[in-house]
Formats: sequence, structure tokens, C-alpha cells
Amino acid sequence: MPIEIDIAHVARLARLGLGDEELEAYKAQLGVILEHAARVQSLEGEPHVEAAHPLGLANAFREDELRPSLDRGEVLAQAPVALDGYFVVPPAMEIE
Amino acid sequence: MIATSLAEAARLLRSGETSAVDLLSEALATASRTEAQLHAFLTIDTDGAMVAAGQADADLADGIDRGPLHGIPVALKDNMCTRGVETTAGSQILAGYIPPYDATVVTRLRSGGAVVMGKTNLDEFAMGSSTENSAYGPTYNPWDLSRVPGGSSGGSAAAVAAGSSLLAFGSDTGGSIRQPSSLCGVVGMKPTYGTVSRYGLIAFASSLDQIGPISRTVEDSALALETTWGHDPLDSTSYPGDYPDPKAGLERGVEGLRIGVVTELSGEGFEPSVEAATTDMVARLEKEGVEVREVSLPTFEIALSAYYLIAPAEASSNLARFDGIRYGLRVDGATTEELMARTRAEGFGPEVTRRILLGTYSLSAGYYDAFYGQAQRVRAAIQEDFARAYEQVDVLVSPTSPTVAFEAGARTADPLAMYLSDICNIPANLAGHPAISVPIAVDDAGLPIGFQVMAPPLGEELMYQVAAEVERQAAFALSPPAVGAVQ
Repeated sequence: MPIEIDIAHVARLARLGLGDEELEAYKAQLGVILEHAARVQSLEGEPHVEAAHPLGLANAFREDELRPSLDRGEVLAQAPVALDGYFVVPPAMEIE
Repeated sequence: MIATSLAEAARLLRSGETSAVDLLSEALATASRTEAQLHAFLTIDTDGAMVAAGQADADLADGIDRGPLHGIPVALKDNMCTRGVETTAGSQILAGYIPPYDATVVTRLRSGGAVVMGKTNLDEFAMGSSTENSAYGPTYNPWDLSRVPGGSSGGSAAAVAAGSSLLAFGSDTGGSIRQPSSLCGVVGMKPTYGTVSRYGLIAFASSLDQIGPISRTVEDSALALETTWGHDPLDSTSYPGDYPDPKAGLERGVEGLRIGVVTELSGEGFEPSVEAATTDMVARLEKEGVEVREVSLPTFEIALSAYYLIAPAEASSNLARFDGIRYGLRVDGATTEELMARTRAEGFGPEVTRRILLGTYSLSAGYYDAFYGQAQRVRAAIQEDFARAYEQVDVLVSPTSPTVAFEAGARTADPLAMYLSDICNIPANLAGHPAISVPIAVDDAGLPIGFQVMAPPLGEELMYQVAAEVERQAAFALSPPAVGAVQ
């Protein structure tokens, strides 16, 4: 079964700025992998319901208490660009 | 080498025959002799480790004994956050990243007196089976420098095999502890999902990732697990109940146990030497009084397919955080979207890019149910197959890897061939069960062969009981020739 892949759309969804040649190469490889992966469709029988956790855990809750967070300066020191306690990003909206 | 195991080093430390500083100096000397050939480490923190070793010695002198790992040099796969020490996950996108916190496993190691000596090489974001996907260059196998150490925890396995570290930790999402341990002739163990905290482990596929030890002996593995597992409120999937004692069965033997040999993990694709060594070990265990049964788990045939939908799907979501804004690499763009797309295209290597695309595809509108949804149903069916098998037998066994270590470069052009390296390991990840690899033999070329023991969830005591007998029966000598006999 040939698998249909709109590779440019997938790359856009994944925010990967790839060139046309790279996209074609990945498309071919994904085709081979997905053809193998499509074997999952051979599973038959009753609907199988997956356990969320092998030890049967569901949600974990804790008390809603104040506690220290990571140090802001130490965190921002890892940012590529930071200014006055903020991360710096390109403008998200047009400014008149 | 001062000590050939962690347990022996612990005894020598307490009898005053060695010190933590001596153990560390020996490890660093071995590393400096072998690293040019192996490239097992990305970072060696000599200064930090010396301070920790000095403190461990001072504590012991003051009568403070922090447990079996006290004063033991430990290497960590470079996807575990270490405060103040660069953590890259083997990726360019995290080059220079200095975590502002320790992973829980690191905190536990430090409070257990262990000496963190460095960070080991890995396939980028733990995606790979040969450590050739590291952005910082590959690691080589201490048994044969033309071959891969396996992966993704190849640096950790190579470091332990070469004697550069008595103990290392890896992470196992689809075999990434067990397969390199098998290829490097050391013991590697993936615990039950939820028993070792994932807090501070750079996420690959959160429903599959588990941290576990790589060691020279089965006993060392149990001691390392005991120190690092346990409930952690910082990981919402962490198990809050009672934990077994992994050491309890080490000397018990295996008489009366029922062992299942997995039919699906043999035959096509398995090297004859691997099959022969596995069969031989099963026969030895039978002589020790186990009841051997052939067990069929039909869904294992499609486990790899399910894994290569589920793991990339989770990876595509987890790796969305690498956006060039909060940490790591940034390639500028006119808009935030352009900045992200450029940063990610430049920062991620080919295998990571491939898996992000694969995961994004299988989660995208129109394909979700046929791929991701169906893979989740297969995962459930695998869990059901395991449950049926464990009604008949106590543990399941198989080869750890269908082949011994392969030549560097042999599988880099064929992603699917590389993925097949983990075919024996993936079912335990999909089910969340514990599994261990124990070295049992070498093939005609002198390359190690590993034997896998799988157990039900929280079955670590039983798993180690069987693994210890496998180790006794194998009497395997850890002596990788490429770096000189280390024992």
C-alpha cells in the first residue's frame, strides 16, 4: 500500500524549515518506515484497551502550596536572548 | 584496576584499602588512556568529581556511610540534567546548555554518596541504536574499535566495559540500555515504568522512557537500582506504593522457577552464534532446576511497528520545546515561526528530524486513527499477550539483540535496518515491564552476546534472581581487547 505523505505540510506542522531536496529524501524514508509501521493494521480481534500506566496509576495530585521555583536569573542565563528579566522573541503582531 | 565491581569497591573503601579519591583517580586514568579511541564521554567533570570524592572520603572517616554507592565513580548519559554541568542530549540544539537543576536520579546518587564523574555520549535525544547519531561524533566498541557500541546509551555501556567507570546510568525507551549493554558485554537493566523518576531526564517518549543502571555485575545493578528508584512527587507517573528488594533473590538460585522462551524472538534475522548461546544458557538453567516452556507472544511480531508510531509521536510533541527561545541554539528569523523553523532545522540532526516528521505525520488529521490510534491498540494487545504468558511462566527470556556489535556505518543509511536492532527489547517498553541484559558468551570473533530476562511489573526481585543465576552459569570474563584487559 503506497502511503500518501504531504511532506511540506508535515514539516510546516513540525516547524522544521527544510529545503526541497531534504523534504524529498525524508518523504522517501518515511514511506519505507510507514509501510512497515502499517503492519499495526493487521491486528484483529476484540478492541484492546490500553492501561494508562503499567502499575495502574491515573492522575497524581499534590497540595496546592507555594514553593520556591527555579531562580529567574539562572534560567534566563540559558536563553539565547534575554532582556530585563524577559525572553526576547520577534514581534508576534504588526505594530503601527 | 583497584576493584572489578562496585560491590568490591564498596568493601575495599570500608576496610580502608582504597579511598573514593583513589577509585576516581583510577577511573580518570583509564578514561584518559582510552577516550581517544572510544569517545565514551562528552564531558568529564574532573574538578567537581574530585570535590565529591574528597567529601565521600571525609564522610566515611567521620563515620557517615551513605550506602552502597558511597564513594563510587558514576557516569551519566548526557540526557540527565546535572546542575552546573553542560547537558546536551547529544544534540547541537542544546550545545552549551547548563541545567539550573539536577535530575532526581542525580540528586539521589549525590545523596547516596556517589561521585558523578562525567556525562556520556548518546544518540541525539536517545534516538538510535549505535551512538552514531550523536552530534559530537560516535562512540566505538571497546571489544572492536571498528564496531558500534550499540545505543542509544552507547557511551555509558562503553565506559563501563572499558573500566572508565564502575557504574553508569542510561535511559531505555526501546532498548537503549539493554542493547548497548549486550553489544559491550556488560549488565544493563530497564526497571518497571514509573519506578525511577524521569524528573530531569530530557524527554524522548514519556510513556516509554525509563532510567536504569549499566554495570559490571548483576549485584552492582541491583545495588544501583536500590539507590535510585522510589517515589518522586516531581514525576506524576512515579509509583507511590511498595517496592521490592532487588537484592533479595540474588543467592537464591532458580530451582522450581518456570522460564518461558519467546518463540517470536528467534529465527530470521538472528545470528546463529546468538541463538546457540541463548539455547545453551536455557539448557544450563534447566539443569539448575527450572522448568522451560516455549511461549508464543504473537503481537511481538508487530511491536516494532507500533513502537515506531508511538515513540516518534511522543517525541514530536516533547521536542516541540526546542524552539530557540528559552534555551539552546537560536537561528534568527523575521517572525517567531521562521525563527523556530530555522533553529530546529539547523539544531536537530537527521534521525531526530526524521522521527519528528514521522510522529507529526502519524498524529496529523486523517492519519491519527490508522496509525497512532491503531498502534495504541497494538500496545494494549502486547500487554494482554504478556499477561497471558505470565500465567504460565515466571519470567521470559530471549537474546537481548539479534546480532553482536555491527560495523560502524553499516546501518546508518537504512533507518529500518537500524530499528530492527531493538526488536527483542521493545515489547518490555511498550508494556512497561522490567528487563535486564546479562553477558553470557562471546562469538567466534570475540564479540559479546547478551541474554535478556523479562519479568512482570515490579518483578525486579525475581528478574535479578534469574539474572544472577545466568551470570553464575555464564562465568563471563569482561576483558575487551581493544582497550587492553581491564581485569
